Amino acid sequence: MIGEWLDIGWLHQIPLRGSRTIPVEGGEEIAVFRTSDNRVFALANRCPHKGGPLSQGIVHGHSVACPLHNWNIALTTGEAQGGDKGCTPTIPVKVDAGRVLLCRASTLRAAA
Amino acid sequence: MDFAIANDTLSSDDTPLAHDPAPAHLVVIGNGMAGCRAVEELIARDAGRYRVTIFGAEPRVNYNRIMLSPVLAGEKSFDDIVINDRAWYADNGIELVAGDPVVAIDRKTKTVTARSGRVTPYDKLLIATGSDPFIIPVPGKDLPGVISFRDMDDVDRMLAAAEGGGDAVVIGGGLLGLEAAHGLTLRGMKVTVVHLMRTLMERQLDEAAGWLLKSALEGRGQTILTGADTAEIVGDGKVEGVRLKDGRTIPASLVVMAVGIRPSVALAREAGLAVGRGIQVDDHMVTSDADVLAVGECVEHDGNVYGLVAPLWDMCRALADGLVEQHSGYRGSVTSTKLKVAGLDVFSAGEFGGDEGCEDIVLRDASRGVYKRVVVRDDRVVGAVLYGDTTDGGWYFDLLKRGEDISTVRDMLIFGQSFASGGGQSDPKAAVAALSDDAEICGCNGVNKGKVVACITGGAATLDAVRAGCKASASCGSCTGLVESLLAVTLGEDYVGERTTRTMCKCTSFGHDDVRRAIVERGFREIPQVMQELSWSTPDGCASCRPALNYYLLCALPGEYVDDQQSRFVNERLHANIQKDGTYSVVPRMWGGITTPGELRAIADVVEKYDAPMVKVTGGQRLDIFGIKKEDLPAVWADLNAAGMVSGHAYGKALRTVKTCVGSEWCRFGTQDSTGLGIKIERMTWGSWMPHKFKIAVSGCPRNCAEATIKDFGIVCVDSGYELHVGGNGGIKVRATDLLCKVSTEQEAMDYCAAFIQLYREEARYLERTAPWIERVGLEHIIAKVVEDEVGREALRSRFLFSQSFCQDDPWAARAAGAEREQHAHMAEFKPLAVEVLA
Repeated sequence: MIGEWLDIGWLHQIPLRGSRTIPVEGGEEIAVFRTSDNRVFALANRCPHKGGPLSQGIVHGHSVACPLHNWNIALTTGEAQGGDKGCTPTIPVKVDAGRVLLCRASTLRAAA
Repeated sequence: MDFAIANDTLSSDDTPLAHDPAPAHLVVIGNGMAGCRAVEELIARDAGRYRVTIFGAEPRVNYNRIMLSPVLAGEKSFDDIVINDRAWYADNGIELVAGDPVVAIDRKTKTVTARSGRVTPYDKLLIATGSDPFIIPVPGKDLPGVISFRDMDDVDRMLAAAEGGGDAVVIGGGLLGLEAAHGLTLRGMKVTVVHLMRTLMERQLDEAAGWLLKSALEGRGQTILTGADTAEIVGDGKVEGVRLKDGRTIPASLVVMAVGIRPSVALAREAGLAVGRGIQVDDHMVTSDADVLAVGECVEHDGNVYGLVAPLWDMCRALADGLVEQHSGYRGSVTSTKLKVAGLDVFSAGEFGGDEGCEDIVLRDASRGVYKRVVVRDDRVVGAVLYGDTTDGGWYFDLLKRGEDISTVRDMLIFGQSFASGGGQSDPKAAVAALSDDAEICGCNGVNKGKVVACITGGAATLDAVRAGCKASASCGSCTGLVESLLAVTLGEDYVGERTTRTMCKCTSFGHDDVRRAIVERGFREIPQVMQELSWSTPDGCASCRPALNYYLLCALPGEYVDDQQSRFVNERLHANIQKDGTYSVVPRMWGGITTPGELRAIADVVEKYDAPMVKVTGGQRLDIFGIKKEDLPAVWADLNAAGMVSGHAYGKALRTVKTCVGSEWCRFGTQDSTGLGIKIERMTWGSWMPHKFKIAVSGCPRNCAEATIKDFGIVCVDSGYELHVGGNGGIKVRATDLLCKVSTEQEAMDYCAAFIQLYREEARYLERTAPWIERVGLEHIIAKVVEDEVGREALRSRFLFSQSFCQDDPWAARAAGAEREQHAHMAEFKPLAVEVLA
């Protein structure tokens, strides 16, 4: 039986104000972020600008600054902020009893 | 305690009954706050409707569990926290079976069995078993001296342990753990709090408030270890200490495990009731069995489990209404936490991370130790965190629960209810105009409104002029908004509203120099402290200010400041240069640009082994290996380390390379040993963090083949010595160096180099290269400090060398040995079934 949620590990495995990556076979790598208020967000690991790996950016508030050209991407929506235009797909993610769970269907869609 | 009698029965079965025919029998499992409150609510509605029997695991009457902390702290006695004494049970005809917990429920025969074997029939059963402390499964958890903090027995055990003084470790920096720590400190124990997360009470507080709490508790003598993971509780026959995963061992004769609680559901699960995270109930607190109800911390309602006391009151109301057939229903609770830890006021409610469209309103008052943050979405309060001043917690919570539109008071919201509902109404300027002349504007410097206005009418037309004229807003800056409003009110249209100095970023009203001066003069030690004391307007800064603050602290506190990896740009975090495709390039250090066959072989091997698509000779005379994946970096470094090479820091705001020409050793024009000097200088300066990248070159003669006159620090050798040049740059805007001075020995050249670098490290703004820095401060300033002031130069040089004594560990070696492994590894990998991908 395949569940709706993929258990990818413990919350504390993601550094506070940091990110970890989950490669998806045949598809796009996903970046899971943990913000200073201990919330978790998942996005495709790709800046809408030039495809920079968002997982390597500086996480501040609920945004991440892309390491390539410093675009700020909202973790909640994947939208570029300020004057920049573009959007990165987001993947529903939740934390249950300390485990981080990714929405399986959206992960597959991002992969397809 | 005279009522603490095991297996005591406080009233008997033959209690006179008010109703006829015989009332239904309600059996309550749990003599705690929820069970008894439910019975109280029921009695208030219809006293005779049920005959009530309460089973309690503890041999005590009902007491207020949340007041255990004051008992531990010695502020209250057990008698003070009793909610219902034995007379209450007797007066209401309630049978209390204390100290004989129910061990089984039989729903078929509708009976419960107690540990003593006593079987009691019920018509309605109420489960109020509360929650159990969570014990982390580490070796030694069962040693004598390891206790939880859940009931009066635990408190008695702690008090007994505290009599002998000594060391205590509290595992868990949440509410319960901190209260235990506070109580034990007051009882004379030396307490260390070990907390897994980086922030205390991370579920209730954000990082800024957590930091304030931590420093205040440390000020009260506790040792707080955050980010500390317990590996083992050690001891031979009894507790002797706690060993952390990082290897530290903390001595302890008492260990309090306060990492969290879990709904106590074992009884219900064995009885076959629907159990999720808690015992599942409907809006009337009825479980999957119509005759079995449940209430309190043990239940799960609508997917939620509550560990606070406020939801319990609502649940008990709904439960009692249901039991007397006047169904009202429980709809879930929005919770807030308002508490005092060690006399410190803390409040939190709702979501304080905020979702899409959320805005933070932050007020920091450093002089009073206050931090307030209100989270607003669509003109409604959705969360709040308050530290130091929680007066308005109730008001924010009320606005939150009612979902009230706060647009009319938004600008004044953060100042609190009295301010927002006062004369100001919707216009902050009107509010400021309405203030009396005596009203204090700047708490730090004691400046009232009258003085600020007098300063403005006396000619101060900008914020900086006001700061200079009357000191208002010149210290912590938290009144900057008020001063600007006063400028606007006083000058009308004449106020242009411009700042003369550029602020560091949008998070602060201070410029780089102000922040830096404050860090040094006021001895700030951590990023959250700087943000608090200087009234940052965001909870955790931004991608501009965080790396700058990290650098300033690193520079100010060599050897002491703990580098914040998450405040570093990716290259400095991964010790390699990120490329446009997300791979990295790796540059090993080649001292002075000199290499050996062994090094070249090792580089060639790495290139082949890791399929690097390109190797490039850099402008700084090094080899750059391209296309390495972040996962392969530690292995690449291990291979390079094995050949004796270390990080080239080609990725950092740091000393990059010392470029040399061959000099007198080979060149027919060479005047001095430029390669030898270059290597010495690189050995001295490598590993140092700088405001920006820093390049050095040494040319052996004025033909200047090493291009020393476009470097940050360049040496041009001449027959009579060494010309020292500074502030060159070959970037977007080419700038040739200025001549600093000429010296006659290699040692002098190195000493001046160290002094110049340290001056740059201490005075330049983050991300300011030497060229714009020198143009800003003037070459005369540099010459005065480095050349003319011999004592100052020597002091600069020693500060640089002292700082270097902590910086010259190869970061690659640590990573190759396994440090920060998670930075290079994926968290998980997902391989969908092929059929799913097609679907």
